[in-house]
Amino acid sequence: MLSKRIIACLDVRNGSVVKGINFEGLRVAGDPGELSQRYNRDGIDEIVILDVTATIEKRKALADTIQAVAKEIFLPLCVGGGIKDEAHADAAIQAGADKVSLNTAAIAKPELLTTLARRYGSQAVVVAIDAKRVGDIFQIYVRSGQQATRRDAVDWAREAADRGAGEILLTSIDRDGTKSGFDCELTAAVSNAVSIPVIASGGAGTFDHFVEVFTKGQAHAALAASIFHYDEHAVSDLKLHLRKNGIPIRLSC
Amino acid sequence: MIELIDYGAGNLTSVRKALSYLDAVFETPGTPEDLSDATAIIVPGVGNFEATTALDSAWRQAIAKAIERGTPLLGICLGLQWLFNGSDEAPDVPGFGAINGCCRLLAQETEDTSVVGNYKVPHVGWNSLHRQRDSWILEGVNEGNQVYFTHSFAAPITTECVGATRYGMDFASVVERDRLVGVQFHPEKSGDVGLRILKNFLNRITTS
Repeated sequence: MLSKRIIACLDVRNGSVVKGINFEGLRVAGDPGELSQRYNRDGIDEIVILDVTATIEKRKALADTIQAVAKEIFLPLCVGGGIKDEAHADAAIQAGADKVSLNTAAIAKPELLTTLARRYGSQAVVVAIDAKRVGDIFQIYVRSGQQATRRDAVDWAREAADRGAGEILLTSIDRDGTKSGFDCELTAAVSNAVSIPVIASGGAGTFDHFVEVFTKGQAHAALAASIFHYDEHAVSDLKLHLRKNGIPIRLSC
Repeated sequence: MIELIDYGAGNLTSVRKALSYLDAVFETPGTPEDLSDATAIIVPGVGNFEATTALDSAWRQAIAKAIERGTPLLGICLGLQWLFNGSDEAPDVPGFGAINGCCRLLAQETEDTSVVGNYKVPHVGWNSLHRQRDSWILEGVNEGNQVYFTHSFAAPITTECVGATRYGMDFASVVERDRLVGVQFHPEKSGDVGLRILKNFLNRITTS
């Protein structure tokens, strides 16, 4: 049976892992290479490196960080943040990323998804969607959550999948960093609208939040950062909890 | 020398990193002639089956000769599918044909229509290997160990199948016949289990 994936997100700035609350107030949490090795030993299924300040500061994801993580970790590795064209995507992939995640650039130039899917395959193209509840809809924000768009997350997810995206990384801005649980309604709405896997992100605070997002939220994978970074809960403990609750997961041998 | 064939189907950085990590020395052959003194051949690849047309008759002949000489060959992902007669993904493109059978789209073979919605295609993520019989490529790999998949088409279960995986249907995730092997998943992305499988392949070279 296909396992639900647990993904650790490394929000990276200037080569260090940082974590903010509601996309702001960044604080340092460690070295990306060391953290990812710890996660690997503990049974993480995948690692995402997000250069959180890249879009704002016009920096592309740092190849050094990617290389440091990819050198000794043989797990799927996704890189995002500030990837705005084919050259940026290629630099990340050459440095060792298996997938690139596009957010602002995908909204601005949706055809970029198709170009990248043709060049690297759909499995390498992840669309990151940052959504916020506004009335009855889930409105998309770009530029690291700073700028509202007129687009609805469900519509955009559908279009992105049609254009060649292979996965959707869906973040609830309302929940990000709050530890109040994933937005299961948002996740289920997007998951039901597309045929590609949806990674839920934003709001992980307890192990039961993961159970909820895999059942109620119909997520295929769940991503978290702070819940893992500060040794608050180990990945392996989370997986045992999920298994006890009937969620199919991978336990490292 | 180990020959890692780059025919333009996907990025090989991860495969290269994993091989280097295991201290393997390898090169990317420029022409089919480079395979004449290969100690092993790796056919990787992700993407559409049509991409395998780049492996034209000259490449096929060179690979077939190497197999005849007993050179170990490992197909990864699309590389496994190519070992079969073909794939519904590109019906006009013939496969290498070392193994009988045709690759098919995953969901279409799911007979239980009530669960189709649960089986998203592509099949992305960690899934279990179920051992079918003794195998050198799966030495040290336990029943139920999980590996990382990302694919939409899959190979049928044949006598060459030594590892099967279930996703809506059962398909061949590991094939083996003598020194010819193929894996549908990505060993270079499958943690310790994947590294063990790559190591088994590399061990076959030094002892051959």
